[in-house]
Amino acid sequence: MITGFLLRALEGKIIIAAAILVAIGLLVPALNLLMPPESALHIPTYIVSLLGKYLCYALLALALDLVWGYCGILSLGHGAFFALGGYAMGMYLMRQVGSRGVYGDPILPDFMVFLNWKELPWFWHGMDMFPLAMAMVLIVPGLLAFVFGWFAFRSRVNGVYLSIITQAMTYALLLAFFRNDMGFGGNNGLTDYKEIIGFNVQADGTRAVLFALSAIFLALCLIIASGIVRSKFGKVLVGVRDAESRVRFLGYRVENIKLFTFVVSAMMAGIAGALYVPQVGIINPGEFAPANSIEVVVWTAVGGRGTLIGPIIGAILVNVGKSYFTGAFPDLWLFALGGLFIFVTLFLPKGIVGTVQQYLARRKDFARAADSDGARTDVKTEPAPAAAE
Amino acid sequence: MKEKTTSSLLYLDGVSVSFDGFKALNSLSFIVEPGELRAIIGPNGAGKTTMMDIITGKTRPDSGDVFFDGGKIDLTKKDEADIAQLGIGRKFQKPTVFESHTVWDNLELALNRKRGVFATLFYRLTETDKARIEEIMTTIRLTHRRDELAANLSHGQKQWLEIGMLLAQEPKLLLVDEPVAGMTDAETAETAILLREIAKTRSVVVVEHDMGFIRDLGVKVTCLAEGSVLAEGSIDFVSSDPKVIENYLGR
Repeated sequence: MITGFLLRALEGKIIIAAAILVAIGLLVPALNLLMPPESALHIPTYIVSLLGKYLCYALLALALDLVWGYCGILSLGHGAFFALGGYAMGMYLMRQVGSRGVYGDPILPDFMVFLNWKELPWFWHGMDMFPLAMAMVLIVPGLLAFVFGWFAFRSRVNGVYLSIITQAMTYALLLAFFRNDMGFGGNNGLTDYKEIIGFNVQADGTRAVLFALSAIFLALCLIIASGIVRSKFGKVLVGVRDAESRVRFLGYRVENIKLFTFVVSAMMAGIAGALYVPQVGIINPGEFAPANSIEVVVWTAVGGRGTLIGPIIGAILVNVGKSYFTGAFPDLWLFALGGLFIFVTLFLPKGIVGTVQQYLARRKDFARAADSDGARTDVKTEPAPAAAE
Repeated sequence: MKEKTTSSLLYLDGVSVSFDGFKALNSLSFIVEPGELRAIIGPNGAGKTTMMDIITGKTRPDSGDVFFDGGKIDLTKKDEADIAQLGIGRKFQKPTVFESHTVWDNLELALNRKRGVFATLFYRLTETDKARIEEIMTTIRLTHRRDELAANLSHGQKQWLEIGMLLAQEPKLLLVDEPVAGMTDAETAETAILLREIAKTRSVVVVEHDMGFIRDLGVKVTCLAEGSVLAEGSIDFVSSDPKVIENYLGR
């Protein structure tokens, strides 16, 4: 059962893409750690962290693509699942600070001491245990997606309306997490981390491992996504996107199909957030900002929604562009992003990867047509169906 | 749950439904026997499509009974997916196939197998299923286009593919909404033959405007108007009924 799923998942291009990701995951840290700093091949640590951040964004875009590109659910709130995964990791990292915080309290994180709290809120208990915290990275976004999707898909909220309520969801969380009494550090969020499972988060070695993990998790999620979209379930998914009522009248439960995909996608977004936080060193409510979620949509559209490699390429390209632009012309970035979205929508509706695939398919079609020149009969004169069942 | 003692496959009694005050169905009663092929005619707004919506669970009636399978199943308590799995297939007015899937994949998705998330996630195409898909493709004469995307099929071929998908579903009752709209005369005649063949093994209800096509089918005809049955019987009987002429044919 599982082997069939994996065999399908690991077809052709996906093996290559996953292998490239793993190779990058090993090569970049190696060049960072093993090459002497004066060598031309040396990759400085800040670049490693920057690239690691891009890989996390790529995983987030892949997660969005699963629901948007394949199932037709345009979520404008995927940043929320990313941020929740990030907060789960952030809570773990805060508990690891221990008495090394500014106030030196062995249990309470600094912001709680500052707020004069006497004890840990209940949801902070156990978050010092790595396995539990990592489970929360999956459970919290997954549960939110489940509850949200349960109500939304059952009541058949579709299209623009669904997009708007996902946007409202992330905005509501943004406002909630800004409040100090929520117990997540309010405006400042969670930062000033020291250690992750005993290793210094600032150390080159730790950063290299985090980078490698980002690449490996991206490759893993790519394989899982590939297994999903290449299964019969994946074909049903595309059916939901293109002709939802047909799927329903064939006897499939559309709400369950959407719910499963939405939850899987939210968990992937949570993993991305959890890998992102130790690499950038902070998680704050800004990650819930509606604009962030919309940016993810732009990455996915640029790379090519409905393709698996597209969102990865889109996320990396747009973010490389963003890093450059915000350095060179900080005021122009938002204009460039908006312009890019309009350009892609108008001229590359299938995104970069989608357009390349279309071009290759067309070339193959021409080759085939040339082979069987004139052999094809006109569709209109084709025989009508035989009356045998 | 109420049960009706009836031998009929589909049993509608006193079904009414209104939208914003407009009575789409007005105490409609209608029976389909097992293995019957039935044609439904009627002017626009007579409630033909609404009736199909009620049978397939898309719309709930305001009042009235809808029973399936000899009165055993109350359809008003079920939703679309349940009803489809019980064995009622529906062809839409506009051909609705999965355009970005191949002919083969369209049929594979329609095949009457487990519909759950995990069942489909780990589904493997068996030899039986392959043979069944091949068989249906032969029936609808699309074998030579098996790997073609449905989007690239002609209008008539899409209609046949959709009928093929309904066959793959193995329904007891097939509801077919205007199957020959937009078809050439030759395609229309072939479709009549196809539907008559299909009706040998199951019940079929066809909604159509094309009187020539109805005549080709040569079956019992029900004429609907303003949400209830106006006349029922052979095509000659119905088309000579003065009420039918006034309400439908005369227009």
